[in-house]
Amino acid sequence: MATATVDAAVDSHDEGGHDDHGTTTGISNTKLAMWVFLGSECLLFGGLISTYLLYKTNRGPGPENTVIPTDVFDIPFTSVSSFVLLMSSLTMVLALSALTRGDNPATRAWLLTTAMLGGVFIGGQVYEFTSFIREGVGFTHNPASSAFYTLTGFHGVHVSLGIVMLMSLYVASKQGKLQPKHTETVEIVGLYWHFVDVVWIFIFTVIYLIPVD
Amino acid sequence: MNMTETVTETATHEESHDHPSDWDYVKIALLLGAITAVEVLTYFESAITVFENNAFTIASLIVMMVVKFYLVAMYFMHLKHDNSIFTKLFGGGLALATIVYIIALSAFEFWA
Repeated sequence: MATATVDAAVDSHDEGGHDDHGTTTGISNTKLAMWVFLGSECLLFGGLISTYLLYKTNRGPGPENTVIPTDVFDIPFTSVSSFVLLMSSLTMVLALSALTRGDNPATRAWLLTTAMLGGVFIGGQVYEFTSFIREGVGFTHNPASSAFYTLTGFHGVHVSLGIVMLMSLYVASKQGKLQPKHTETVEIVGLYWHFVDVVWIFIFTVIYLIPVD
Repeated sequence: MNMTETVTETATHEESHDHPSDWDYVKIALLLGAITAVEVLTYFESAITVFENNAFTIASLIVMMVVKFYLVAMYFMHLKHDNSIFTKLFGGGLALATIVYIIALSAFEFWA
């Protein structure tokens, strides 16, 4: 009987069901909900990226010399921002790894580093937007700029929300409320953060790097 | 098979499903950084002559983007080691978005 029970557990594990959260599916409902949310976010960003692709060279009905975002892209600067966000994914996963080991000081250090790297990325975006506006690319100047600011602005809001979540975890850890048993909470915030990173991987290539005819 | 053997097998099985070590994560991040550097090189097309060809550049950029996306999703988001239902849910959303927006872009004659 005992053998049969353990064998059943092994079979369940083979099917990928190695979690046991006391739910009918055997997997965490919270984590499941986060993955469903991230799947739906693909549709949100897909819509924004498609809109930008359709309007990226549309200077609108204004004067012919109106400036569009592709005229003023600063690729070296954006590359550094992209690298910073990419490395924040590493620090996020190291925070989760540290919490799993029960190393709270390291968890806090990596969480804070991740939030700071996110802050550097947002600072870079604010600088980029400011310099674009100085160059004459306003939000309502033409369809290309409206689509660009909407897409990158939405992504920036996501990063900002991620920073708020990371700082909340940092404060919880400082207060001793973040223990190894809360690994899943950090993992779920991490999933959100990595998603924001993969969206930027897509945006950086499709919007910034692929040459415009 | 007795219980001891089965439990041992389970433990071995779990070890093989263990998440990567911290050093593995660092190696993945270094690879991601290296790919990003090559991506940026395509912008400075004079650096590598082959990137003067637009079609080749676009194809290379898309391949590099997909590799980066895969590495982050599989290793940093743990899809490779987690329950396959998560991969299906995320992959489903991604596939649906891809199909819907390829149709939408086609309807607006984006590829013409």
